[in-house]
Amino acid sequence: MIQLENVTKTYPKASRPSLDDVSVGIEKGEFVFFIGPSGSGKSTIIKLLLHEVAPTRGKVVVNAKDVTTLRSWKVPHFRRSIGCVFQDFRLLPNRTAYENVAFALEVIGKTKAVARRVVPEVLELVGLGGKEHRYPHELSGGEQQRVAVARAFVNRPLILLADEPTGNLDPDTSIEIMRLLDRINRTGTTVVMVTHDSNIVNQMRRRVIEIESGRIVRDQARGVYG
Amino acid sequence: MRFKYVLNEVLVGLWRNVTMTIAMVITMSVSLFMLGASVLLYMQVDQMKSYYYGEIEVSIFLRTDVTDAQRTAIDTAISSNPLVSNKTYETREEAFKRFQELWADSPDFVKSVGPDSLPESFRVKLKDPEKYKTFADQMQGMAGIQDVIDQRTLLDKVFNIFNGFQVGSLGVAAFMAVAALLLVGNTIQVAAYSKRREVAVMKLVGASNWFIQAPFVLEAVVAGVVGSVIGFGVLFLGKVVLLDHKLQALTTILTPVHNSNVFLMLPLLAGVGAVVSAVTAWVTLRFYLKV
Repeated sequence: MIQLENVTKTYPKASRPSLDDVSVGIEKGEFVFFIGPSGSGKSTIIKLLLHEVAPTRGKVVVNAKDVTTLRSWKVPHFRRSIGCVFQDFRLLPNRTAYENVAFALEVIGKTKAVARRVVPEVLELVGLGGKEHRYPHELSGGEQQRVAVARAFVNRPLILLADEPTGNLDPDTSIEIMRLLDRINRTGTTVVMVTHDSNIVNQMRRRVIEIESGRIVRDQARGVYG
Repeated sequence: MRFKYVLNEVLVGLWRNVTMTIAMVITMSVSLFMLGASVLLYMQVDQMKSYYYGEIEVSIFLRTDVTDAQRTAIDTAISSNPLVSNKTYETREEAFKRFQELWADSPDFVKSVGPDSLPESFRVKLKDPEKYKTFADQMQGMAGIQDVIDQRTLLDKVFNIFNGFQVGSLGVAAFMAVAALLLVGNTIQVAAYSKRREVAVMKLVGASNWFIQAPFVLEAVVAGVVGSVIGFGVLFLGKVVLLDHKLQALTTILTPVHNSNVFLMLPLLAGVGAVVSAVTAWVTLRFYLKV
């Protein structure tokens, strides 16, 4: 599903690479944590998978597509198979929960009729039934992140990328979001999550890949934070 | 749905920043008006040239002390010259009569000129008016000739003035165009900034590049087209008011400006306005919207 082969990424003007000769493979349906201190290069992995940045050396394969050689005009289509959740939610403040999710469908060419059918369903799935017409500022942090998850999942992507999704949430809310991601993972979606929340990693007992200074120092099938 | 979405985004975008939109439309219309005026003037001068150059004659004025033998020699030289299409001879009396008719409005001026003060002349029409110089050089040396004058040199002075106007209005058009383009660029920047969150989400979920850019580009195109329609309106109004009414007297020299030519300016200005704004908007987006 996801294949990194000897990937090195050096940002311009950086003294050392953010990722240094990293090779890792992730199977379909896996749930993987990338952990490590700030600046270890774990967020760079998300950016590589989204084709936001290109690797300096090496090969990135996502959904059997070589991202490294992907033509730039094909990137939008490629991204439709990937859902994405961030620490800061990235919701549109002037749109309701329903509209935020529907927006993601409409801008990739889905009709309003499709949105009317699919959006309530996915909002129900993330546990926001009855709160469709609330604006982000009327929702708690956990609820806002649920809207973001709904938006990432509404298109039924093969992969869900989560960049510190619990970074802005209290421990209890974090656990709820993790349960949600776990449920999505059970539908067959591959989940890749970048975090430094040890509590969550220890509770989930999933595959843990630890990165330090741009190198993989641990890859454990049912790991803990360490 | 997508069409409706894009259209709605365009209208909202233009309205959100309405003062900027108006500034954009005004500069665009002034610039395109000057461009239209310049093109019309160019077409006009071209038309006048082909009209007047066909009528042009070369005048060969003879000296007052010309002998009969010299006159006959000049006559045969003109007739046998392959460049000449036809010639007429004008005596002093005929020249004087023509002069009297021409200046009938100012009898005092006519009185001050006697029938002897005007020279006799040959009026020669050339097959190709452009060959004037060769013809003049051939004739110039002959005895009894006072002067060889081409009407073309006079007309060229008039056309130079027109050309000056044309280049001038083209310059103003270009100058205004710079202002218009900067305004388009600025408007697009502001629009892109005010929609940065939407754009970020669209990029994230994989909206196609054209779908993200289209509303911005169309915003500029709409402003460009509206500007061109206003510019054309002013141009047409100017033509009707100035040439058809106020300065009608001039049209006896000016050869009429055809309405069909003026109407031709609408698609031209609209096309230039639309394409130039679209390209400017698109280039601006390349810098401010990295998609």
